[in-house]
Amino acid sequence: MCQDCGCGDPEVVPIDVQHRILAKNDATAAHNRAHFVDDGILCINLMGSPGAGKTAVLEATARAAGDPSRFAALAGDLATEHDADRLRIAGIRSRAITTGQACHLDAELVHRALHHFDLDGVDTLFIENVGNLVCPAVYDLGQAVNVVALSVTEGEDKPLKYPTMFMGADLVLLTKLDLLRHLPHVRIERIVDALSRVMPEPRVISLSALDGSGFADWLAWLSGVAQASSLRPGGLGDAGWKPALHQG
Amino acid sequence: MHEYSIVQSLVDSVEAVARPRNAAVHHVFVQIGELAGVDCDLLQTAYETFRLGTICELAPLTIERVAAQWHCPRCGAAFARGAVLRCAACNAPAELAAGDEILLRRVEMEVA
Repeated sequence: MCQDCGCGDPEVVPIDVQHRILAKNDATAAHNRAHFVDDGILCINLMGSPGAGKTAVLEATARAAGDPSRFAALAGDLATEHDADRLRIAGIRSRAITTGQACHLDAELVHRALHHFDLDGVDTLFIENVGNLVCPAVYDLGQAVNVVALSVTEGEDKPLKYPTMFMGADLVLLTKLDLLRHLPHVRIERIVDALSRVMPEPRVISLSALDGSGFADWLAWLSGVAQASSLRPGGLGDAGWKPALHQG
Repeated sequence: MHEYSIVQSLVDSVEAVARPRNAAVHHVFVQIGELAGVDCDLLQTAYETFRLGTICELAPLTIERVAAQWHCPRCGAAFARGAVLRCAACNAPAELAAGDEILLRRVEMEVA
């Protein structure tokens, strides 16, 4: 009953909220992030299309690094544990996160997976996200950096079609470089140009998991990120997932 | 495809605002940025389906779409759509001024 005029109408009030809808995910992600920092673990959210070569990159990373015992991985997929199995064979201790219908990982799934995962002696955790260039970009998992695998076979304008994913990338790994000779119409410069129109600071490392090219640069970049955070002795400042550039 | 999980989080957020006031929810207003990674039409459809049986059951959803706006953090210059995201004048990387919002903006409630 409206008290001002006694008209009998209910009083409907607008409440300005300005609340991030994904605040609960963000809080769990912050919790994950604090654990990683406390334990000196560099956490990478590795994303990309299905078939971009995410698992192959991690297998080749284990080969190139020489001591894969310092790596661990969480591999997300809708079904099967094949990726986690492959990574274990490569020498990376791994757990699968089978999402069922969910097309992306979220902070809660990662949090639960970490509960049963012994990360003693690990300094780098790769979270291999579900193959998808849309949904994973939206969910903070608690990672330090986002790395997006983009293969030379996906089309030069791919970044323009998925701006949210590439906008949030700290590094793009241009994969399957060995196939370039079979793709006469593909120019890396045009891929980098497309990236420069969706990523303010495009950083690209071209790789071939098959012949190992680019992996020294990739390992050096990982080492640099770990140094720049407080995860290694002599590091400066905090690693942080770059929050959405505008806080809404 | 993840719009369903966004709706779940949205309903939870509305609950958090309305329950303590013992209020009936009349209308929900959200802001979705163009670069947020959320499809507004799918969000609307998911909301229509999943509001049933929740505190939002009787509340329509109004989605305000926010266009992406990039600007130079040094000189303030705006970037045209599709432009390279580095300021030609300052050489600074562009910053996103708007367009990645996934926000519950306002809830209209009938307070008991």
